[in-house]
Amino acid sequence: MARIDLVDLAHSYGGNDAPPETFALKPVTMTWRQGGAYALLGPSGCGKTTLLNVISGIITPSRGKILFDNKDITPLSTQKRNIAQVFQFPVIYDTMTVGQNLAFPLKNRGVPKAEIDKRVAEIGRLLDLEPYLNRKATRLTADAKQKISLGRGLVRSDVAAVLFDEPLTVIDPELKWQLRSKLKALHRELDLTMIYVTHDQTEALTFADTVVVMHDGRVVQSGTPAELFDKPAHTFVGYFIGSPGMNILPAEVRGREARIGGHVIALNRAYDNLPSGAKIEIGVRPEFVEVVAPALGLLTARIERIDDLGRIRFARARLGDAKLAARSPAGFTSADGNAGLKFDPSHVHVYADSLLVEGAA
Amino acid sequence: MDKTINQKAWFLVLPVFLVVAFSAVLPLMTVVNYSMQDTFGNNQFFWNGVGWFKELLDPSTDLGGRFLASLGRNLFFSLVILAIEVPLGIVVALSMPREGWTVAACLIILALPLLIPWNVVGTIWQIFGRPDIGLLGYVLNAIGIDYNYVSNEVDAWVTVIVMDVWHWTSLVALLCYAGLKSIPDAYYQAAQIDGASRWAVFKAIQLPKMNRVLLIAVLLRFMDSFMIYTEPFVVTGGGPGNSTTFVSIELVKIALGQFDLGKAAALSLVYNLIILIVCWIFYTVMTNAGVERKVQVESKPAVEPKPSAGLVPVPALKPKEGVA
Repeated sequence: MARIDLVDLAHSYGGNDAPPETFALKPVTMTWRQGGAYALLGPSGCGKTTLLNVISGIITPSRGKILFDNKDITPLSTQKRNIAQVFQFPVIYDTMTVGQNLAFPLKNRGVPKAEIDKRVAEIGRLLDLEPYLNRKATRLTADAKQKISLGRGLVRSDVAAVLFDEPLTVIDPELKWQLRSKLKALHRELDLTMIYVTHDQTEALTFADTVVVMHDGRVVQSGTPAELFDKPAHTFVGYFIGSPGMNILPAEVRGREARIGGHVIALNRAYDNLPSGAKIEIGVRPEFVEVVAPALGLLTARIERIDDLGRIRFARARLGDAKLAARSPAGFTSADGNAGLKFDPSHVHVYADSLLVEGAA
Repeated sequence: MDKTINQKAWFLVLPVFLVVAFSAVLPLMTVVNYSMQDTFGNNQFFWNGVGWFKELLDPSTDLGGRFLASLGRNLFFSLVILAIEVPLGIVVALSMPREGWTVAACLIILALPLLIPWNVVGTIWQIFGRPDIGLLGYVLNAIGIDYNYVSNEVDAWVTVIVMDVWHWTSLVALLCYAGLKSIPDAYYQAAQIDGASRWAVFKAIQLPKMNRVLLIAVLLRFMDSFMIYTEPFVVTGGGPGNSTTFVSIELVKIALGQFDLGKAAALSLVYNLIILIVCWIFYTVMTNAGVERKVQVESKPAVEPKPSAGLVPVPALKPKEGVA
C-alpha cells in the first residue's frame, strides 16, 4: 500500500549523457495515489513499458527519484520494493503445482508454512483457482496462467502496487472481458494501487479511473476517461483516444473565431493571446461535427464514404488536404457528394503546437 | 478401394532396397554368419552354433572374462564422465555471458575441442602427459607427484577421464547454453519480483527449461563414451595391463590381433544389441518425459470411476479449464 511519486524521472538506454531527445522516457514528475487504478496508454515504443520497469525496479532510471510513501526507493532492487508485476506472457514455474507457484514468493521470503497455506488458499479463492491448486501449472490455459502470475503478486500481503504489462495480449477475446472484470473486482476488494500498461484504449478506459497517455517518451495527459475524451490536452490524445479520433484541422484563430479557408467557425471562448509563430490547429471530436445539406456560411466538405457503426454513422469527408470524420444523422444523403459541416462551438478546442490552449471566457 | 494397379512403383523403391542391402543387411548378415563359425585361416570355416555366445556370457572362459571385464570398465567409464561432464557443462553454460562480443569468444573457445579429430586428441594428451617430455607429466613429477600413465593404472584412468572431459564437456555446455538462451527475460524478471534466490531461479526456471536438452546431452555422451575407442587406444593402448581396455578395444584385439573372426563377430553382435537397448530406453524415457506430466495432471480430477482412458474425451474438455 503506497503512494508512488515520480520526481523528475527520466531514462535513456544510451546512458545519462545521451542527447535528451533520444531518452526513452523523458523527465516526468507525477503522483500515483494509493489505491488508484491507473492505465498507461500509448502506442508501441512510447516508453510506457520503460516507465513500468523503472517503477518495478527492473530498470534503474538514468535520472530522478521514485518515492513510495515519501521514501526514496530508487536504489532498491526489485526484491526489496514490494512490487508485483504481471507480464505480457504468462510466467509459470513449470515443475510446480498452481499452489506451489502461488507459495513461491512467500517461501523465498521465509514466511512460516502455516501463513503461506493461509494466504495461498485465500488468493486461490479470490482468483477462482481453488480447484487447480494441486495441479501442475503447465497444462492450464493462458488465462489461468495469467491469473497465477497475478496471484503470485497478490499473495504477498505487503505489496505496494501491482503492475500489469499488457497482460491480456495472449488471452482469447471473450476471456479478456472476464479477466478484466476480475481485475476490477480485485481492485475494489483489495484497495491496491494498480498500474496497467496497454496500447488498447478500450482496455485502458474500462479498467482505469485515471488514464495516463504517453507519446514519444512523454506523459502528455493524465486524467479520467471523460477528461481525455472531452478535453484532450494534446492533439495526440485527441487522435489516439476515441474511434474515430479527433479531427485536427489547421486554422487561423482570432478572438472567438476560427477561420478555415475563409469560413468562420464560432468558438465558445476567446483566444487573444496565442503564441505567435506557433502552429495553430483546432480539434473537434467527430461526435460534435454534423454533416448537413450544404448551406451558405457552412464549411463545405466532400464526402468520401459513410461508415455505419450500428448505433451511429460517421461520414468520412475531405476538406482541402485534410481528412475528417463527422457524425451523419439518420436519413442524411448527399446529392452531389458535398456536405456542409456544423460544429458544436462548446467542443471545439484550440491547439498551439499540439498543446491545448485554454481560452478566456 | 479402387486403387489403380501399377507395379512400376517398385522400380522407384528398388534402389533403396539395394543400397540398404549392400550397406547394412549383407554386412550384418556376414557378421551373423561368422558368429556361428570358427576359422583357422585359409578361408576354412567350421560350424560352432551358439558356442561363442555361450562363452561370451560365461565369465569363467577367456572370452567371457575379457568381455565382461571390459564391459564393466566401459560402464564405469561412462558413469564417471557423465557425472563430471553434465554438472560441469551446466555450470559452464550458466556462467557464460548472455550478450556482447564475449559470447562469440566463449563459443569459439568451447567449440575448439569439438573440432579436433579423435586421434589427434589422443596424441595431444599422450604427449602432454608423458613424464619425460610432456608439459603436464613433467610438471606433475617436478612438483613431487609420481605420475606415469604408462605404468600406473590410476594415472591411466585419470588421464583418459580428464581427456574425455576436456574433449566433450563443451558439447554439454553448448547444448545447455542453447536451452538457457531460449528462456524469455520475463521469467528472470518475475523471479526477481518473487524474491527468488540464485539457487531458486536455477531450480524453478533454468533446470526445468534445460530438461530436454540435458536428456539429449546425456544420451549423446553416454553413447559416445560407451563406444569410445580411438582416444584411449592412442594414449594408453588399453594398458597398463588391461586396465583401460574398453569393449571396442577388446573387440579390435580379438578381431584383428588374434584374427578370431567367430568370437569377434559374436562380441560385436552383443555389443550392438546393448547399444540398441540403451538407445531404446533413452528414446522411451525422452518421449515419455512430456507425456508423464500430462497424465499426472489429468488423472487428478478423474476421481469418479474411469471406464477406459481411451474413451474419456479429456483433451476435448481441456481448453475450457481455468475459465471457472
